[in-house]
Amino acid sequence: MGASVLTTATRSPAAPVEESRGSRFTGWAANYVDERTSISGLVKELGRKIFPDHWSFMLGEVALYSFVVILLSGTFLTFFFQASMTSVIYDGSYAPLKGIEMSNAMQSTLDISFDIRGGLLMRQIHHWAALLFIASIGLHMLRIYFTGAFRKPREINWVVGFILFILAMAEGFTGYSLPDDLLSGNGLRIIDGLIKGIPIVGTWISYLLFGSQFPGTDIVPRLFTLHILLLPAILVAALGIHLVLLVINKHTQFAGPGKTNNNVVGVPIMPTFAAKAGGFFFIIFGVIALIASLFTINPIWTYGPYDPSPVSAGTQPDWYIGFADGALRLVPPHLEWLWGPYTFSLNIFLPVVVLGLFIVVVMFYPFLEAWVTGDKREHHIADRPRNAPTRTAIGAAGVTFYAVLWGAASSDLIATHFLISIEGVITTLQILLIVGPIIAYFVTKRICIGLMKKDREIALHGYESGRIVRLPGGEYIEVHEQLDPYERWRLISFEDYQPLMVRPNAKGEITVAQRVRAGLSNWFFEDRIAPVSRTELAAAHGDAHGALEGDAGAHGAIGH
Amino acid sequence: MAKNSSSPVKSRAAGRRSPLASVALIVIGLMSTGGAYALFTSSATADSSVVKTQVVEEGAKLYAANCATCHGLNLEGSGTGPSLLGVGAAATQFQVGTGRMPLAASGPQAPQKPAQFTDAQVNALAAFVASKAPGPAAPTAAQLTASNDPAKGAELFRINCAMCHNVAGAGGALTEGKYAPSLSGVSAKYVWDAMVSGPQNMPVFNDNNISPEDKANIITYLKYLDKTPSVGGYDLGNLGPVSEGLFIWIFGLGTVVGITIWLTAKSN
Ligand code: HEC
Ligand code: HEC
Ligand code: HEM
Repeated sequence: MGASVLTTATRSPAAPVEESRGSRFTGWAANYVDERTSISGLVKELGRKIFPDHWSFMLGEVALYSFVVILLSGTFLTFFFQASMTSVIYDGSYAPLKGIEMSNAMQSTLDISFDIRGGLLMRQIHHWAALLFIASIGLHMLRIYFTGAFRKPREINWVVGFILFILAMAEGFTGYSLPDDLLSGNGLRIIDGLIKGIPIVGTWISYLLFGSQFPGTDIVPRLFTLHILLLPAILVAALGIHLVLLVINKHTQFAGPGKTNNNVVGVPIMPTFAAKAGGFFFIIFGVIALIASLFTINPIWTYGPYDPSPVSAGTQPDWYIGFADGALRLVPPHLEWLWGPYTFSLNIFLPVVVLGLFIVVVMFYPFLEAWVTGDKREHHIADRPRNAPTRTAIGAAGVTFYAVLWGAASSDLIATHFLISIEGVITTLQILLIVGPIIAYFVTKRICIGLMKKDREIALHGYESGRIVRLPGGEYIEVHEQLDPYERWRLISFEDYQPLMVRPNAKGEITVAQRVRAGLSNWFFEDRIAPVSRTELAAAHGDAHGALEGDAGAHGAIGH
Repeated sequence: MAKNSSSPVKSRAAGRRSPLASVALIVIGLMSTGGAYALFTSSATADSSVVKTQVVEEGAKLYAANCATCHGLNLEGSGTGPSLLGVGAAATQFQVGTGRMPLAASGPQAPQKPAQFTDAQVNALAAFVASKAPGPAAPTAAQLTASNDPAKGAELFRINCAMCHNVAGAGGALTEGKYAPSLSGVSAKYVWDAMVSGPQNMPVFNDNNISPEDKANIITYLKYLDKTPSVGGYDLGNLGPVSEGLFIWIFGLGTVVGITIWLTAKSN
C-alpha cells in the first residue's frame, strides 16, 4: 500500500478531489520524506518482494516479533532492575522473604514483581517471550533444514541464522541469571564448573569471569552488560544481515505449477502481506501477553535468594539450555585422572566437547552437504523432505540426539512422574543417546523411500478410486483416477542426483580426499527413487491404458 | 492464648484481695486454662491415667490385629518389618495417619494410601507404641503454632528440606525409585512428625538441628504456600523450567502455528 500511495501522491497532487484530509496528510508526509531520502525506491523494491504462502514460512517472523516484544518489555525492566550484588535486607511486600539478606539484584527483581505496577506482568512477558523466541527459532531452523532451503545461495544465511540461535541462547542464559535467585545461581554454579573443567586454563578463566572465587560480587553486573548491551547489539546486527540476505536471496518455495527455480510465486509483501504482517505482530504480542497474564514463570520468590549451600531438587535450566544440562547428567562417572599435580576430569569436559562438535556440524552442515553431493547449482525450490531421504534421515538422527539430551535434563521428573528409578532412566537415556539416532536414521530413510515410491505410483497410475469394473472378458479391475496436472507436478518435479564419481585431478592422481568424498556421496545417494520422467509419464498415460488400468499395468522402473 | 484469658482474672482480683491472693489466683487461672487447653487440643496426652490405660489397651488390640505380623507382637520386629521399639508416637502417628502403614506391598518406598484408621485409633496405636519404649512424641497444638515467622521458615526449608522436596515443596526424585513426596496439603502435625521421626529415607531433624520454634516456622511457611494462590497466575505444578518449556512448546508454539496456518490458508 505504501508504494502506491507514494507514487500517486508525487505524480498528481491535486487530482483526486475526494481524498480525505487524513490521506492528504499521509500523502504530503510521504512525499516530504521521499524527496529527502528517496526511500520510495526501497519501499517499492521491498513491496514487490514475494512472500510464499505456506505456514512454515512464517516461523521466522514469529521469532522476529517475539524479539520485538522482548525488546519492549526488557526496556521496561531496565528502568527498575538494579544490577548489583551489594547485600541488602529485603523489606518489600512478600512476607516469606521479609528480613532475609539478599543481593540488590534479587531485591529489585522482587520489587518489580510485587511493588511496581505492571512489573510482574512485564517480567512474565519478557520471560515467556524469550522462551517463545528461541522455540520459534528452533522450529524455523528445522523447516529450513528439512526443506533444503539452506542450499546455495543461502548457505551464508544459514550460518547467520544459526549464530542468531546461539546468541539467543546466550541472551536467555544471561537474563535468567540476572535476578540472582537460588535457581539461576545453581545454573551459574554449573557454568562455573564447566569452565573449571577445561584443562589447564579453566580455573583462570573462571576467576577472570567471576572476578574472584565463585560467586563473587561481579558476575551480575557483568552479565547485565552482556545481556542488555553487548549481546543485543550483536544480535540486532546479525538479524539485520539475516534479513538483508533474505531480501537478496528471496524465499524458497515449494514446487507447484508455474513455480520454477527462477521465479517466486506468492502474494507481494505490499499490500496484502504487509497488512497481514502488521496484524500478525499484534497477534503474537497478544498470545504472549495472554500466556504471561495467566501462567507464572520463574517464581523467584519461592526459589529465594542465591546462597551457595542449598540446591533444590528439580533444579533445571530454561528449556533451551536443557540439552547441555542433559549431557552433563548422562556422562558416565569416573572419567578422571591424575597426571602429576594436575587433575584431568573428562566428566565435564567430554560433554562440552561433544556438544561443541554437534554445534559446529549443524552450523556448517550446508557446506558439508554441498561438498559431499558436489552440488554447485542454485536452488530456489524447497525440497519435500521425502525427496532427500538421506538428508531427512540425518536430520531425524540429529533431532533424536538433541531430544534425548533434552529429555535427560528432566530425568528426575521423569522418574518421579512415571514412578521409575532415576538410575533406570539415566541408563535408558544413555543407551538411547547412542542407539536412538541410528534407529531414527534408518527408519526415516525407509519411510522417505516408501513415500517416494508411493508418489511415483500415484503420478504414473493415479489413485485407486475404489470403483471395481468388470470388463467384457470377465476380468475385474479397479479404476484408477488420474491426478490433475497441478497435483502431478508437485509429485514429479524434484531433482535427481547421481553419486559423484572418483575422478583423477589435474595431475592424474586420485587423492584420499577424493575417495572419501566419493564414498560419502555414494552413501548419500545410494538409495534413491528417480523422479518420473516425461517418457515414463507418456507411456503410463498412453492410449493403451486410457482411464482404466489394471494392477497388471506396467510399473515404472524404480531406480536403485 | 492461655495468658490472654488469664489477664482479666488478674485485674479483677487485684482490686478486691491482697497481693498474695491475687498471685495465687493467677497461678490457678493459668494452670486451669492451660490444662483445659491442652486437654481439648491433644487427645494424645489424655490426663487421667485410667483413660490412658484404656487407650493403650485399645491400641494394643489394634496393633496385634494389624501390625504384629510384620513388626512382632512385642514390637521387636521381624523379617518383614523393623522393630518399633523407641520409634515413638510421632513415627506411629505419621506412618498410620498418612496411610503408609499397614504396609500393603513391598516396594522401594511405602507409598501413601487413604488412611485405614480413624484419628482416635491412630492415637491409640501411637500411645501403645510409645508405652513400650520412649521415643519422639506427637506434637501438641500449642507446639505447632508456637511461632509463625514464614520468612525464617522459608529460609530453613531451603537449607534443610529443598534438596529433596524441591524449594516449592513440589517433591523430587531420590535414588533407586525412592522419592521425596510433594508437601502441598500435608497437615501440620504430619510435617512435625516427619521432622522428628525421619520416615524412611528422610533424615531425623531433632531439636538440636531445628528448634521446636523453627519447626513451627517451617510449618507456617508450608501452610503459607498452601493458602496463598500463586502470585503470577497458574503455577504449572511448580516444576520450574521443565513445565514452562513443555508449556511453551506445546501450547505457546502450538497456538502460534495454528494461527500461521490460519493466516496462510487460501482465502475463499
Ligand atoms: C506388611 C508388613 C507391615 C505391616 C502390616 C505394618 N508395617 Fe509398619 N513397617 C513395615 C516396614 C517394611 C517398615 C519399614 C519401611 C521403610 O522404612 O521403608 C515399616 C515401618 C514402620 C514404622 C516406622 C519405623 C521407623 O523406624 O520410623 C512405623 C512407626 C510402623 N511401621 C508402624 C506400623 C503400624 C502401627 C502398623 C499397624 C497399623 C504397621 N506398621 C503395619 C512393614 C509393615
Ligand atoms: C534426604 C532427603 C529428605 C530431606 C532432606 C527431607 N525429607 Fe522429608 N521426606 C523425604 C522422604 C524420602 C519422604 C517420604 C517418606 C515416606 O514416604 O515414608 C519424606 C516425607 C516427608 C513428609 C511427609 C509427606 C507426606 O506426603 O506425607 C513431610 C511432611 C516431610 N518429609 C517434611 C520435610 C521437612 C519439613 C524437611 C526439612 C526440615 C524434610 N522433609 C527434609 C526425604 C527428605
Ligand atoms: C533475545 C533477547 C533476550 C532474551 C532471550 C532475554 C531473556 C531474559 C530472561 C530469560 C530474563 C529472566 C527474567 C526473569 O526474571 O524471569 C531476562 C531478564 C532481564 N532482561 Fe532480558 N532478554 C533479552 C533481551 C533483553 C534486552 C534487549 C533487554 C534490555 C533492553 C533486556 C533486559 C532485561 C532485564 C533488565 C532483565 C532483569 C530483570 C528481571 O530479571 O526481571 N533483555 N531476560
